[in-house]
Amino acid sequence: MVAALNIENLRKVYGDGFEALKGISMEVKQGDFFALLGPNGAGKSTTIGIICSLVSKSAGSVSVYGVDIDKDFPGAKKNLGVVPQEFNFNMFEKVGDILVNQAGYYGLPRALAAERAEKYLRELGLWEKRDSPSRMLSGGMKRRLMIARALVHEPRLLILDEPTAGVDIEMRRSMWDFLKKINEAGTTIILTTHYLEEAEALCRNIAIINNGDIVEHTSIRDLLRRLHREVFIFDTAEALPELVEVEGFYVRRVDDSTLEIEVEKGQHINDVFAGLDLAGIRVTSMRNRANRLEEMFVNLVEAAA
Amino acid sequence: MSYAEQFVALMTLLRKEVRRFLRIWPQTLLPSAITMSLYFVIFGSLIGARIGEMGGFDYMEFVVPGLIMMAIVTNSYANVVSSFFGSKFNHSIEELLVSPTPNYIILLGFILGGITRGLLVAFIVTCVSMFFTRLPIYSVGIVIGVVIFTSTLFALAGFINGVFANNFDDISIVPTFVLTPLTYLGGVFYSLDMLSDFWAGVSQLNPLVYVVNAFRYGVLGVSDVSVGFAFLMIGGFTVIAFFYSLHLLNSGKRLRQ
Repeated sequence: MVAALNIENLRKVYGDGFEALKGISMEVKQGDFFALLGPNGAGKSTTIGIICSLVSKSAGSVSVYGVDIDKDFPGAKKNLGVVPQEFNFNMFEKVGDILVNQAGYYGLPRALAAERAEKYLRELGLWEKRDSPSRMLSGGMKRRLMIARALVHEPRLLILDEPTAGVDIEMRRSMWDFLKKINEAGTTIILTTHYLEEAEALCRNIAIINNGDIVEHTSIRDLLRRLHREVFIFDTAEALPELVEVEGFYVRRVDDSTLEIEVEKGQHINDVFAGLDLAGIRVTSMRNRANRLEEMFVNLVEAAA
Repeated sequence: MSYAEQFVALMTLLRKEVRRFLRIWPQTLLPSAITMSLYFVIFGSLIGARIGEMGGFDYMEFVVPGLIMMAIVTNSYANVVSSFFGSKFNHSIEELLVSPTPNYIILLGFILGGITRGLLVAFIVTCVSMFFTRLPIYSVGIVIGVVIFTSTLFALAGFINGVFANNFDDISIVPTFVLTPLTYLGGVFYSLDMLSDFWAGVSQLNPLVYVVNAFRYGVLGVSDVSVGFAFLMIGGFTVIAFFYSLHLLNSGKRLRQ
């Protein structure tokens, strides 16, 4: 089966000599929910810009559903929907017009364009705002408008560049549900995000890019399996003694009623509780210190640096 | 994209452009009507009455074709430069660039928007001029030809300005310091016969001279330059500007990184 996106030896050198991409290669399978992660300036947006023709590549090849962008860019673009990081619609245009016009640029007749615009505005909760100028929308609504606009021609591959940046938790969750739904319906999704729990919650496969190189390209499950340790935080019922020890575990006393305990791969959390019980410490609650993927991400990026 | 899909994309862009300038009609349509009315009153009725005849016509009749052409030039130019630069400025041009719409359709869409505004303003100004003078059309074909070529040429010029502009100052520099002086020196208010040989020769370098005189010939049947040569110049510049604009779009200059 042809890949939804295939990138080979993609290189980008900007006019000032800065090499943003150093010959990256990656593949995204059809139907995948794929995370493209990396620190600021790693090359994520450059990669997306090249795929959707806003940035010209210096070398390498890109194919969208088997269509090489060098041979048939319009054909490749038909399969592609892009939600960029920054708002890039005309703030004076009405919400409904933005979608209908975008559909028109893909050759959809006016009646079909209007039908699609209604469908996606309703699905993303913007139908009531269809006659409002887009500048009147809240930040979250503008984000949803960008997603609706990218979907109006029903692309097979949807690329979202930090779609939930600046969106409140409730809105973010509803956007996750929507993205899961369209992915289940067959749309391949590539997501860049700074919220690593978002990637963990939504994506099946991942590529981590740093300084223009792919430092990891695997499944999320595989990546998490490789975690060597996790740090748990325990809140205690009573004030803690100055020295707390649990045999076999590294323990750090944070304050009078909080402990941090590292659990290595192969160790059991039950043993931690047993040790705390033995020390006469009663636990009222427990949580991860950090998102697991975040920890892995930081390790990989630091190792690559 | 099939031709049918390309046509849909073109109509979408044209509709958007027309709706844009209609939405802000007090900025796009009204000023020309007011400015031209003032020209008619001051240069035509008040001063023109003292000047008498020029080129065998009342002064008012003589200046009207040039004033209509001035409105077409400034409006077709202004529409494209402001719309295209505005799209660049707020990044909404990316809606078009990421779509499969071919570059020549994008260019045609903006040009047609400029032509439409130029024609609409020309119609308004012509209607206003009817209150001041009569317009004997000498050749409908020449009038239509000059209007279409001129609005296309200056829409393209506006597009090129829009591509290179980095800020809003850049889109007003050309109309203020190039277009307006060339228009005033393009024989709108006088005949080249009134100039010395040297200045008449210098005027031949001004493209607006050909535009104004060709249109005046279509309306009144008089011209300071050969109408055939004028068409050749306007047509030639239009073809060059079209292919240069297309080259700018294809190369992504100032649009893609």
